[in-house]
Amino acid sequence: MIRLAIALAALAALAVVPMFVSEYELGLMIGMASYVALASAWALFSGHTRYISLATVAFYGTGAYTVAVLNETLPYPVVILCAGLIGAAMALLVGLSTLRLSGIYFVIFTFGLAELVRQLITWYEVTVTGTLGRYIFLDLTARDIYWQMLALVAIAIGLTAWINRSRLGLALRAIGDDEVVAAHSGIHLARTKLFAFTISATLITLVGAVASPRWVYVEPLIVFNPTVSFLTVIMALLGGANRLWGPLVGAIPLFLLFEWLSVNFPDTYPIFLGLMFIAVVFVLPNGLLAGFDDLRARFGRTRP
Amino acid sequence: MTTLVLGLVLGGTYALLALGLTLQYGIARIMNLAYGEVTLLAAFVLVFLFQSAGLPPLISILLIGPSGYLAGWLLYTVMMRPLVQRAQGNAGKLEVDSILATFGLLFVLQGIMLVLFGANFTSISYLDQGIDVFGVSVALNRLIAFAICLVAGLSLVVLLARSRWGLILRAVALTPGSAPLVGIDVNKVSRQGFALGTALASVGGASVAMYQTFSANDGVVFTMKALIIVIMGGVGNVAGALAAGFALGLVETFVATTFDPGLTLAATFTIFLAVLIWRPQGLFGRRQ
Repeated sequence: MIRLAIALAALAALAVVPMFVSEYELGLMIGMASYVALASAWALFSGHTRYISLATVAFYGTGAYTVAVLNETLPYPVVILCAGLIGAAMALLVGLSTLRLSGIYFVIFTFGLAELVRQLITWYEVTVTGTLGRYIFLDLTARDIYWQMLALVAIAIGLTAWINRSRLGLALRAIGDDEVVAAHSGIHLARTKLFAFTISATLITLVGAVASPRWVYVEPLIVFNPTVSFLTVIMALLGGANRLWGPLVGAIPLFLLFEWLSVNFPDTYPIFLGLMFIAVVFVLPNGLLAGFDDLRARFGRTRP
Repeated sequence: MTTLVLGLVLGGTYALLALGLTLQYGIARIMNLAYGEVTLLAAFVLVFLFQSAGLPPLISILLIGPSGYLAGWLLYTVMMRPLVQRAQGNAGKLEVDSILATFGLLFVLQGIMLVLFGANFTSISYLDQGIDVFGVSVALNRLIAFAICLVAGLSLVVLLARSRWGLILRAVALTPGSAPLVGIDVNKVSRQGFALGTALASVGGASVAMYQTFSANDGVVFTMKALIIVIMGGVGNVAGALAAGFALGLVETFVATTFDPGLTLAATFTIFLAVLIWRPQGLFGRRQ
């Protein structure tokens, strides 16, 4: 109960931040909030099941592109709803074809998905509509976007907290531990995985849709940038993908580091990030939060 | 007829690439997502040697193959071996760890290539006069690349099937748990398998560079195609990977000539989906 109160108070404090910060800082806050939302949504499925999804940007970009296509014809809330539905449909398609099989097929499929969607959209735009690149003109201020993104963060973390306590969370953890045991104890494997994956992918699509007005100009190469998938995974892993607050703990420092690197070392930052990724896999396989717990246990103090 | 000949030539390269990947995954149990980046790196090295040192591609391939083996050997010893030890025989954990580690490696290699060679499309013109094959004019460089892939691929298949060394590799691929019981050093064999896979990736990449335009961002596509061929052929099935590689080359050339070159990846994915739905064990695999 106290934790819930703290979380709500923090959310309220974050919601009034835009009143006091500059335009640039608000931009940073939006970026940070979107990566917290992405990493939390990613961990919602991949954290417990250990099914590594590399398709974050496929959904994120789809969300952004949906807004770009529909923003002049439909009212904004309907556009967002459409983006969510398209993301869910895509996730169902991917999940139905791969989640019945072993994890490796899922990884491979998600690995190429972003490239596939990007090429398909490019091909469609070039040959059918003849316009590559679209503009988003929406009457939204940076504050509106920030509040919407904050709401998505709250939904992603709240949903994760709720799932962790529900039967679904227990089932997901069992699947992550041992699929054979999970199946024998009566868990419907494919249905459980499909459900969690669809929730996660829909949230990611919504993040892309909400973030898109910041770009103004959108084309497939911009919105399907593989760095987004990469950053999401490393953020969730750094904090600890199977913890409620892990993705948040990982996302904030890495986002700031990423900003700093991309400003100061625009050419070489992928190398730094790749090396850091490898370091996280080797040094902190269970994430920072688990690392803190280990340290605490070593000094003989237990959690209250 | 044009489609058939060009498709077979393209399929030869794909088959070789898939062969390397299936060795890495089948024997060393490492799912290497940076595979396409290794391929590209070899392609860039070939172009660099050709443009700056004037080294003929046919000679540099002889250098690139063994250096690929060496690079793979080092990569396995430094990066993969600690992961294998940490997993302690838990196949699922090794799979997740290797996927994540090679995903990081993908970005490192891609970043290095972008810094060194830039993001532009690269190609060289080398032996590009046409040769008449069954009434179709094919560039000589494509034929040479095809011959290289065929020789490398088939000799490997024969070695795996006939020699004692091939028997040991197959034993580790089949049951890594029981191989030590008959005196096989699994660590050594895994390292060989991984290094051999890297060597094949390098040779495949070098032969791609001889006839195709490529850029530093193409790695994902190469990895993806190789992965799909491996799954089509059945994981660890060498002959299946060869056959599936040719099949994919044919389908892709067919789609590119009759529909649109922009749809080749979509065609690849369609095949992948069909295989996943109808025969997840691979077109030539046995149901377990």
